[in-house]
Amino acid sequence: MNKLALILVVLVIAGVSAVAAIELSGRTVPRLKVSTTTSLFDTGLLDNIADEYLNNYGVRLDVISLGTGPALDQAGSGDVDVTFVHSPTLENLFLTDNSGGARKIIAYNFFAIIGPDEDPAGIENLSTIAALQKIAETKAEWVSRDDNSGTNTKEKALWKSVGFPDFTALYEENWFTATGQGMGATLVVANEHRGYTITDTGTYLKYFNDNLINLKTFVSSGKDLLNVYSVMAANPVDNRENVDFQGAIDFIEYLISDNGQSFIGNFGVAEYGAPLFNPAVQLLKENADSEIATWIRDTAFFENSECPQQYRLGQEQLYQ
Amino acid sequence: MATILKLKKIGKKYDEKTVLRNTSFDVKKGEILCIIGPNGAGKTTLLRIMALLENSSNGEIVHENKVLKVYDDVNYRKRVTMAFQQTALFRKTVFDNVAYGLKIRGYSKDEVKKRTERALESVNLGGFGKRKAKKLSGGEQQRVALARALVTEPELLLLDEPTANLDPANISVVEDLIRNLKGKTTVVVATHNLFHAHRIADRVACILDGELIDIGTTKEIFSHPKDKRTKKFIRGEFF
Amino acid sequence: MSEQLIEVVLRSIWISGAALLFSLTWCLPISLFLGLRNFRGRNIIISIFNAFIGFPTVALGIILVALFSNAGALGSLGLLYTPTAIIIGQALLVTPILVSLLTSAIESVDPSIRDLAKTLGASDGQAKLAVLSEARKGTILAGIAAFNRAIGELGVALMVGASLRGYTRVMTTQIALEYNRGEWELSVQLAIVLLAIVFSLTLLANMLRRD
Repeated sequence: MNKLALILVVLVIAGVSAVAAIELSGRTVPRLKVSTTTSLFDTGLLDNIADEYLNNYGVRLDVISLGTGPALDQAGSGDVDVTFVHSPTLENLFLTDNSGGARKIIAYNFFAIIGPDEDPAGIENLSTIAALQKIAETKAEWVSRDDNSGTNTKEKALWKSVGFPDFTALYEENWFTATGQGMGATLVVANEHRGYTITDTGTYLKYFNDNLINLKTFVSSGKDLLNVYSVMAANPVDNRENVDFQGAIDFIEYLISDNGQSFIGNFGVAEYGAPLFNPAVQLLKENADSEIATWIRDTAFFENSECPQQYRLGQEQLYQ
Repeated sequence: MATILKLKKIGKKYDEKTVLRNTSFDVKKGEILCIIGPNGAGKTTLLRIMALLENSSNGEIVHENKVLKVYDDVNYRKRVTMAFQQTALFRKTVFDNVAYGLKIRGYSKDEVKKRTERALESVNLGGFGKRKAKKLSGGEQQRVALARALVTEPELLLLDEPTANLDPANISVVEDLIRNLKGKTTVVVATHNLFHAHRIADRVACILDGELIDIGTTKEIFSHPKDKRTKKFIRGEFF
Repeated sequence: MSEQLIEVVLRSIWISGAALLFSLTWCLPISLFLGLRNFRGRNIIISIFNAFIGFPTVALGIILVALFSNAGALGSLGLLYTPTAIIIGQALLVTPILVSLLTSAIESVDPSIRDLAKTLGASDGQAKLAVLSEARKGTILAGIAAFNRAIGELGVALMVGASLRGYTRVMTTQIALEYNRGEWELSVQLAIVLLAIVFSLTLLANMLRRD
């Protein structure tokens, strides 16, 4: 037993140091820290982009997944270099308080209102606003993420237009359930409770195709369900001087390049038969008159621009 | 005979309790000195001070004309070994127990093996090397402790009640061992067993209530004690 | 097991292993001090360590994030979202349990062992080693308990490590992550591996205890 214990201890120490040495020696690749929202992350898009980016550009992306609010905070404190989110209202605040800039709209898709097949509130074929009104009237269960994510921000805006200007007032309603968790967990709760919820299409399709939920899509188009994804660099000023600004700009340039855009546009086609994200760069440039381009300008532009000049941090080449 | 250790006015206090006072005597090279006295007289404390396991409260110890200042002097401790009354053993094999002092001193592996086996033979424990020390009988454990103390060939060996918990057969094995050390090393034995002291000692010191009351050759102490209290003690009046 | 899974399992083991070794560098001296000395306030210190055994991992996580973040006191070290941050966090996390178990292992050693080693010629340091060697079973048990606590915790790894793929993603954070992503199969596989590691270590600990 004496020898056995000794051998054991030596083996453990040797093993730990060997693996540690290997791990640490492999850390010479340049890294870029990206914060993103759970719904975007959970689809696997960023992991795929990370592989592509490492293989072609030799930079490893460290992707941190949080709600949109905290994801922006991470860039604001300089703990990450780039942030990839989908909440124009919060993004506008982010720009105006100089937390970051060089914003580019990358992609879009639509949120969906989903619920049980039997549709207890009867929202089939209704518009978004009418559907939510119906749910509130019939007191059919509604499940909310309530986590300050982009999806949740969109949800709050929708409830506001339905007559609930104060989102917290909904906590008092007995048909309202707040999970405080990510999209996936919230979908599972809605499925168990046979309730309605709002979701991004990426997470929904994934959960639906894997038979983790059987909730049906009732509303999934229209300007008020438009979901616009954009990317911004952390501002390398104040106490954020260790932010990798150039790395961030390089990454943004990749995302808006033809390569990056087609990579995003093809993501999910093999698995779901349709893309999860629609590239936005070409659309805004060349099909500026299309209906969706108009919607994007109406909902996700500030001062008629995806990034007003004073927030471009000198990166005019991104806006040619 | 040359003096190996000189104790000068050694005293020891624990908080307010005095367990040893004003104790002075010499230990002569090569002798077997028995410290006798009833339980609680301060024998163990005296031995522990001589082994530098404890600091004395006052007085000094002179070793080879040098006053031992640091009570934790490793060089001194490498030359002086003590064996406790309650046999303490490492949770290891008999061999590893005996070899400990040799390994500490950096002997080569072969040398450690040779000396350890010889020491085990000398206490009639040849072939016990691989056994777990804690699983031996009381007498065998005491002999392991003795072999362990002897194996480093200390200049001075301090034995605290080496036969206290032994049966007669083991007592005679241990006493033979001690007698065989005569001339090779200096031995100080603390014991309350007068017969034991009488059988092995060259000189005897009698200690009572923390005070050295008498010291002399075995014959002097047992036949013509100078102090009245010694007389009483060897007549058994303290038991 | 897929290659990715093996990578995460290995990373979990080395991060938590390093955390254990790191924390031993201060837990061993503290435990030797508490286990071998008698001084006033010793019992109070021991009960403080005992009380901290149940320290919530998320609470420690949030404190460390506040420290390591760019805006925090140690922000300039750039430790947030690195394996080093997780190692530091887990090392702090296991300190109470390690000190508590090591101290009682050392206390349970026969008090005369230290004197014994000294009278056989050991220096003070060697004597302390002899005590530790007597307490080796308890020491290994303490190490296993601490390692299990570290490898099974989620709060610290998630908050200071952020589960970065190929960098700070460990078993527990990946289990949580794959659950959120709907990859329950991978989640369950990982949970089984984690349980297998923890159980086999516990089993080993029990074998040692009986021996």
